[in-house]
Amino acid sequence: MNELVFFINNVVISGSVSGSIYAIGAVGVTLIFSIMRFAHFAHADMMTFGAFMVLLLTTAFPAAGASLGVPTAVLMLPLAMLLTAALAVGIDKIFYKPLRAHGVKPIVLVIGSLGVTLILQGLIRLFSGTGGQSLYVDDRKEIFRLALPFEGARAPVVVTEPQIYLFVITIVAVVALHLFLNRSRLGKAMRAMSDNPELAQASGINTNTIVAVTWMIAGALAAIAGTLLSLDVTFKPDLSFFLLLPIFAAAIVGGVGHPYGAIAGGFVVGFAETLAVFNWNVLLRPFSDSLPAWLELPSNLAFVGTEYKIVVPFFILVAILVWRPTGLFKGKVI
Amino acid sequence: MNNSEKTRNPAYTPQDATSVRRFPLRELLLFGVLLVAILAVYAIMGAAYSTRMLVEAACYAILALGLTIQWGYAGQFNAGVMGFVALGGFCAMFFSVPVNDAFWGTALPGEFGRVLLYGAAAIVVIVGASKLDRLGVPKPLRTLIAVVLSLVLYLVVISQLREVTDAIESQAGFVGGLGLPPWIGWIVGGALAGGVGYFIGHICLGLRSDYLAIATLGIAEIIKAFLKNSDWLTRGTATVSPLPWPTPGPAELGFTLSRAIYLSFTAVIIAVIFFLLNRAYNAPWGRMIRAIRDNEVSAAAMGKDINKRRLEIFVLGCILMGLGGGILGTFNSLFDPQGYLPLNHTFLVLVMVILGGPGNNLGTIFGAVAVYIIWIMSEPLALFLMQLAVAFGEGAFGWDAPGNMDSRALQARVLVIGLLITMVLRFAPKGLLPENIKSHS
Repeated sequence: MNELVFFINNVVISGSVSGSIYAIGAVGVTLIFSIMRFAHFAHADMMTFGAFMVLLLTTAFPAAGASLGVPTAVLMLPLAMLLTAALAVGIDKIFYKPLRAHGVKPIVLVIGSLGVTLILQGLIRLFSGTGGQSLYVDDRKEIFRLALPFEGARAPVVVTEPQIYLFVITIVAVVALHLFLNRSRLGKAMRAMSDNPELAQASGINTNTIVAVTWMIAGALAAIAGTLLSLDVTFKPDLSFFLLLPIFAAAIVGGVGHPYGAIAGGFVVGFAETLAVFNWNVLLRPFSDSLPAWLELPSNLAFVGTEYKIVVPFFILVAILVWRPTGLFKGKVI
Repeated sequence: MNNSEKTRNPAYTPQDATSVRRFPLRELLLFGVLLVAILAVYAIMGAAYSTRMLVEAACYAILALGLTIQWGYAGQFNAGVMGFVALGGFCAMFFSVPVNDAFWGTALPGEFGRVLLYGAAAIVVIVGASKLDRLGVPKPLRTLIAVVLSLVLYLVVISQLREVTDAIESQAGFVGGLGLPPWIGWIVGGALAGGVGYFIGHICLGLRSDYLAIATLGIAEIIKAFLKNSDWLTRGTATVSPLPWPTPGPAELGFTLSRAIYLSFTAVIIAVIFFLLNRAYNAPWGRMIRAIRDNEVSAAAMGKDINKRRLEIFVLGCILMGLGGGILGTFNSLFDPQGYLPLNHTFLVLVMVILGGPGNNLGTIFGAVAVYIIWIMSEPLALFLMQLAVAFGEGAFGWDAPGNMDSRALQARVLVIGLLITMVLRFAPKGLLPENIKSHS
């Protein structure tokens, strides 16, 4: 039974954690893709920016959360979402709008977004230094150990406090996004514009508003994803290049321009990563007595070492581009 | 690309076509300024340092030529130059470092060869299993068999490989080199980079151009992770040095002279590449490439095989990047996988190309040398400015500066490169020396 607990801790929980983070990130990327028609490479740095804002606010008011019984970082998240949304709109105004007005190819916008990536990275590193910092400034990270009601399960299932916040916030964000896209006027206009920009414009939808709203949603979601990631581990300013690949892989797996697909894709990539680095020998060990003698299991049966984790999203990306470039859910943009 | 008319890059509109051969005033002026800058660096920093800077700039010029083929000639954006450079550097190291007898003298090469044979056999078995449907096996069953078989065989081979590489690491340190002249390594490095480029291009070039950027960004990180963690092959973070030069080294001739010889060697290579590229650019092949870049639909209507031409261009660019990476690695005389950074080896090259003039080889070389000089000089400048700011802050407001000011000042260069990219795209999309578009009216 201990092996099963180990499996739950190392695959189910950590897979859902990275899956949720990738999912929220990929939704932002896919929304931008469906409205603006380019791959926004600065998204991972918007995530870092959101987490950095939370870090700044938490350092400024370390005791604010204690009165409400939540970690200060979680309390500061809405404020950081607002700031990141404002940043996203500002970036669009300064950098992308003039390029769009010139009528450049989408790939020029991609290069522009790489420039924005470097600008954000430089700014964040300039102010935060290059080391990692915990978002739990004054609070203590609670760790819950749930003992399983089975015989022989001595090791408990371990969940940390930020992981619980992560699951709750992910569900809230996904439901809110679903309601927004399906029920509100703006959300419907957004979907219309993603389907057919010319027709949407002809039927009186203000495209500038839609673009701004898209950036606000993407910025807010990026702030959530970055903060949750930094809560779970630590805040590091140089995460972006390692986040970009899984997030884009998730967006493409789900079908670009397809928010629900991006959520599914995020979990696919997250679980694939944890399953690939999981040492399968642990699960096979209980059966080692019943295995034939010639079959000697090596002690490390992981598919890839942890240091090669980044290979997994790339492999998924290549596989999906080869066999099903529209993604699992038939995205619109190829 | 249904709306290619609307999204066409204004940099390439035929309105600015020039039909008369004009006096190259702009080129002369820019290169004159560049010459003055180089002479100033020589006067301030000394000959050995400045020659070294010029050699590195020349290596970057080869990388930039590779990128200008991809971006300037064909409009493909490669965001993973670093990976191809690292591959070139690895090949230069692997071929030129002396033979390691602690590895070759033991049974380890045989063991390693056995694992490679297992790997080849596993691939044959899996390919065979994926063709089972021709023997009448139902397709879903065939897919299941192929997937399960490939997972199991992969695990078998990879665990065997881990055993052998661990043994190599503990008994011999690392595989060592082949003891051949470095230029063989450069050529193989170019070929290897071209092979990786073919793999990526084959998958991505038929799809949206964004996918190529994502995939190249990913493959660059993967190549770096592989080189960094394969201690048995590259010594990983322990780094390999010195790498022998094809020309007489500093120990025989002193720094300045040996570097000058290396520089002339590199200059000859650049001249050859430049000549061949210009021939290709003006040949029917070059016209076809530009036609595809400027209007894909009409080029396809003319019966051009767009995907094949794109693949050619992409692979050609990657080969040049691998070659340049090899020459750069040999010159540094040190193979350090951690020294390959996206900023130094991808974005710096990108700035060189878009600032110098995408599609214009002369402009690209100008951009490479100019940007590299600015880049090298910006390090002391950034530190100086930062210290000035700190001194001002302390004097005026009693501000207590953080201790790691030096590393933070270097981060400012990230910011400058990012600003440069966005500014150039917005205000000078054609670069300083724009592509010279001829019209035949």
